Amino acid sequence: MNNIKETHNHGKEVVISIKGLYKSFDDNHVLQGIDFDLHKGENVIVLGRSGSGKSVLIKIIAGLMKPDKGIVKVLGKDVHKLNKKELIELRLKIGFLFQHSALYDSMTVRENLEFPMRRNIRDISEDKIDEAVKDVLDAVGLAETSDQMPSELSGGQQKRIGIARMLIMKPEVILYDEPTAGLDPLTSYEINDLINEVQKRYKTSSVIITHDLTCAKKTGDRLLMLIDGKFLRQGDFDEVFDTDDERVKGFYDYNFIE
Amino acid sequence: MDTTSNQPAKYFISKGIDEFFIGIYDISRFIGQFFKEAATPPFEYQEVVKQCYKVGYKSLSLITLTAFITGIVFTDHSRPALADFGATSWLPSMIGIAIIKALAPLITALICAGKVGSQLGAELGSMKVTEQIDAMEVSAIDPYKYLVVTRVLATTFMVPILTLYSAFIGLLGSFLDVHGKDQTSLTVFIHDAFFKIGYAEITSTLVRSILFGFTIGIIGCYKGFTTTEGTEGVGKAANSSVVIIMFLVFIEEMVIVKFFNPLYMQ
Ligand SMILES: Nc1ncnc2c1ncn2[C@@H]1O[C@H](COP(=O)(O)OP(=O)(O)OP(=O)(O)O)[C@@H](O)[C@H]1O
Ligand SMILES: [Mg+2]
Repeated sequence: MNNIKETHNHGKEVVISIKGLYKSFDDNHVLQGIDFDLHKGENVIVLGRSGSGKSVLIKIIAGLMKPDKGIVKVLGKDVHKLNKKELIELRLKIGFLFQHSALYDSMTVRENLEFPMRRNIRDISEDKIDEAVKDVLDAVGLAETSDQMPSELSGGQQKRIGIARMLIMKPEVILYDEPTAGLDPLTSYEINDLINEVQKRYKTSSVIITHDLTCAKKTGDRLLMLIDGKFLRQGDFDEVFDTDDERVKGFYDYNFIE
Repeated sequence: MDTTSNQPAKYFISKGIDEFFIGIYDISRFIGQFFKEAATPPFEYQEVVKQCYKVGYKSLSLITLTAFITGIVFTDHSRPALADFGATSWLPSMIGIAIIKALAPLITALICAGKVGSQLGAELGSMKVTEQIDAMEVSAIDPYKYLVVTRVLATTFMVPILTLYSAFIGLLGSFLDVHGKDQTSLTVFIHDAFFKIGYAEITSTLVRSILFGFTIGIIGCYKGFTTTEGTEGVGKAANSSVVIIMFLVFIEEMVIVKFFNPLYMQ
């Protein structure tokens, strides 16, 4: 249980900083005071039950939802105070993997990948696009699917194309929403390796949401446990699970069949 | 940390009425955004052309069939009434007025509501619930500009063209009927059909169909963009797009014919 990756965060640049974050939907108080920092080059895992607000949290980080209260800074910019142009600039540096991939279903895999490039980089040459597409498809190991439609891919392949589409803009910060959910163990291993490789190769910092403790252990430098709208526990893998709190232990027991 | 004092939501008048006015406010903002975004670059010419093609391609066959049959049937039904006065020679003139001023814009708008409006609601609705619209947004692409502006421009541009086309096909159907029964020649038919049609009439028809086209695009997109509740919501979005568009088309028709046309037509 000691193969958790080493953490050295002291003195490192902060890429995401959240202070006093609250979010409710009517009477459903989802986030109730979140504070956290993500450091450069770090993979942070967010664990939590279904409906605990993990997806809401990263949607707020990406500026897709507005918080009720609190400050969210990404790469030093206050996400919810930016004007449209500044937000576009910031978003080019953020990669977002959606829980259900969210591939554009009217476009082929290749068009999905090209789309953010063509839209965001004016007068880009076809050679550059081809090269980038080939690059990310190789990175996720799905070069042969480029002319298929997303509906013809398996769930795991869709996830990987989702990762490829996000990588093509070379983001500095990546938000993964359940990268291994619904995948078989072998595919999950591959995705975990892919996440680690992306971290190394592109020097990214990531927030990874998951229920999957193997994924957490393999890819995470630090774990945060979202319970009742707050990060009740944080630390490395062993620290987080060294507790008698049933809500935390339950996670562990289920994943490792003890 | 005060999270328990949240009272249950209160309504200003009642739930239904409040939601109605909030809906009107939302749609107005959605429309306002259209004019703002449509006027600022970058412009998505290619996508507009693609959407125009889709609008035309989707509705052409149905419009052709409906307009042709309407032309024949309407002529047939009108004949006895005029025959009573021995005035069947007035038939082309009456048909010209009916088709160009009233039937063509309405038939076209209603068919496009069913074919295009519902498709927009369903297409954007499913993109919304599968988070494809969010995905565009986080990729720094403005989904309103890319999806809504292009589609609304396409319907606003194409519905008037389809209206002229359906008027042509309707008159063709009518001519075949008149020619078959009364041996009226084509030149006489054209002369008579356009006898009472001037610039003002054509303008009124075009203005209405531009408005209908805009309504079809904006309501379909609005319903799609505001879809919630997963796949069930997509069906609802498609369905309510059609219902609202049809309702608005008739209201707009009435308002323009009753209140605006008299201003410049005697
Ligand atoms: N747009 C929304 N409107 C209203 N309520 C919402 C909305 N989005 C999320 N919620 C609510 O917020 C809560 C947290 O949702 P969220 O999707 O963040 O859960 P999650 O932790 O990601 O769960 P899962 O592991 O199942 O994905 C849920 O109770 C959900 O009903
Ligand atoms: Mg989620």
